[in-house]
Amino acid sequence: MSVVVRAVVRRSCYRDSLVLMRVAERLRERPGVREAAALMGTPANRAMLADAGLSTPEAGGAEPGDLILAVAADTDAVAEAALAAGQAILDAERRAPGPGERVAPRTLDAALRQMPGANLAAVSVPGPYARLVAQQALNRGLHVFLFSDNVPVEDEVALKRLALSRRLLCMGPDCGTAYLNGLGLGFANVVSRGRVGCVAASGTGLQAVVSRLAALGEGISHGIGVGGRDLSEPVCGAMTLFAIEALAAGPSTELIVLIGKPPAAGILPRVERALAAAGKPVIGCCLGAMPAGNGHVRWVDTLDAAAEAAAATLAGRAFEPRGFGDATAARERLARLGDGPARQGPALWGLYTGGTLAAEARLVLEPLLGPVATTLRGGSQTGHRVVDLGDDEFTVGRPHPMLDPEARAVRVREAGRAPEVGVLLLDLVLGRGVHPDPAGPLAAAVEDARRAARADGRRLAAVASVVGTERDPQGFRGQVARLEAAGVAVLPGSAQAARFAAAALRPDLAPAVLGSAG
Amino acid sequence: MSLDRLLGQPLVVVNIGLELFASELAAEGATVVHVDWRPPAGDPRVAALLARLDD
Repeated sequence: MSVVVRAVVRRSCYRDSLVLMRVAERLRERPGVREAAALMGTPANRAMLADAGLSTPEAGGAEPGDLILAVAADTDAVAEAALAAGQAILDAERRAPGPGERVAPRTLDAALRQMPGANLAAVSVPGPYARLVAQQALNRGLHVFLFSDNVPVEDEVALKRLALSRRLLCMGPDCGTAYLNGLGLGFANVVSRGRVGCVAASGTGLQAVVSRLAALGEGISHGIGVGGRDLSEPVCGAMTLFAIEALAAGPSTELIVLIGKPPAAGILPRVERALAAAGKPVIGCCLGAMPAGNGHVRWVDTLDAAAEAAAATLAGRAFEPRGFGDATAARERLARLGDGPARQGPALWGLYTGGTLAAEARLVLEPLLGPVATTLRGGSQTGHRVVDLGDDEFTVGRPHPMLDPEARAVRVREAGRAPEVGVLLLDLVLGRGVHPDPAGPLAAAVEDARRAARADGRRLAAVASVVGTERDPQGFRGQVARLEAAGVAVLPGSAQAARFAAAALRPDLAPAVLGSAG
Repeated sequence: MSLDRLLGQPLVVVNIGLELFASELAAEGATVVHVDWRPPAGDPRVAALLARLDD
């Protein structure tokens, strides 16, 4: 059957990437629609449309401020009906305000006239516009939570310089999560207020630590996100140092946890001096580096260990890192993974939505398995890869995979068809702001992938860790149960999941990996 | 408001971008106003230039 492609362009019409994703999802559900897209007419999006075989002359001529709806369908009538439905959804979603409702302001200044006491701007506009919007907010005396990604580092430096000159926070760019005064910003797990103050690079590292702290009975005072590049040479730890100073001064914080990437040379001593001056106990976790330390900071090598060390310190207990919480149970699960075909691909593929979790997994895996690539194609000779699908290159013009689980589901199904893949390693991140049921689409994709592998006479193991709390809107236990029902081995913590996955690929590693039972 | 004062005060948020975040903040009980933001007309690269001229 032939496929017809039709598109319609709405001039000067803007909707955010999440609204557009939902429109596309609804069009895809229509009988006879093969594929659908709803996106802004930026050059990158038009190229993506062409790659997907959805480009038409109308779509090709769209401007960045125009909205494109495009569908591939079985018949012309189905395509036209789908486009009409798409337009109706867009119209319905942007209804006029009812009686007593205020018209949403179009600019920051108009918003400040409505809400003169505002003290923080949450900015999630597309990357090219982020500096302009964040700068306006800082100039008007607002702290900034900057979720936007694809922001050049020179813009980050300029924004943070401006923020510091006014003693304001600039959290980000690419800051997925923060907590201030008990309020979660961005992707935020539901946790109690407490006495642990966190300074964290971006998103999932902070989420993993606060969720683990919650399980250990500790809450957080503040969680200040600084962006993944803050400790790099150009940014020079600007916001990290400022955040440490603020947490040190605040009486609500009894202990500080620093979570991030290894600082660039020359920055670590400044960070350590600031932590020593804080006058409070400090736990540090810079993934990929275990600084020798100056005696003031307890450095640990995993996110879970950071939370456990914080809880132990506050309880006045000595902290001893543990390999596996329950090694016996892990061994039994490993044995069960061996059911099914004997043939198994030699490579491990990690498909992550959390950047910090992906970095942690790579650090655990490389000493066990050898080089691990960070890209979907090419890379190391071993064939192992751990990819952060929330990275800038995958999110141009489309929502983060924590909002759009289908972005990863497609890759999981691809992995099922790739004969070299023997183990899939996954994260699942819950919380406010995240997709309402991320386990559903992921579990369905894993089931498809494992079915495809079995049909080809191969065994495909799937291993995951889940970041979240029972109070999260998705519910922790239900999400874990959905993954386990799809045959995924769910481990407590990202580092444990990575170690377990290595053993699932290479049974000879099991004694070394699981033997260090605590 | 300086950071020292912010940490201890209720947040009053202006949300610019994903509308989802405004509804999540409101659901948490925060005071939030959502800006019906649209990109400035023309090439996104112009926005980057505009940023350097702001204020």
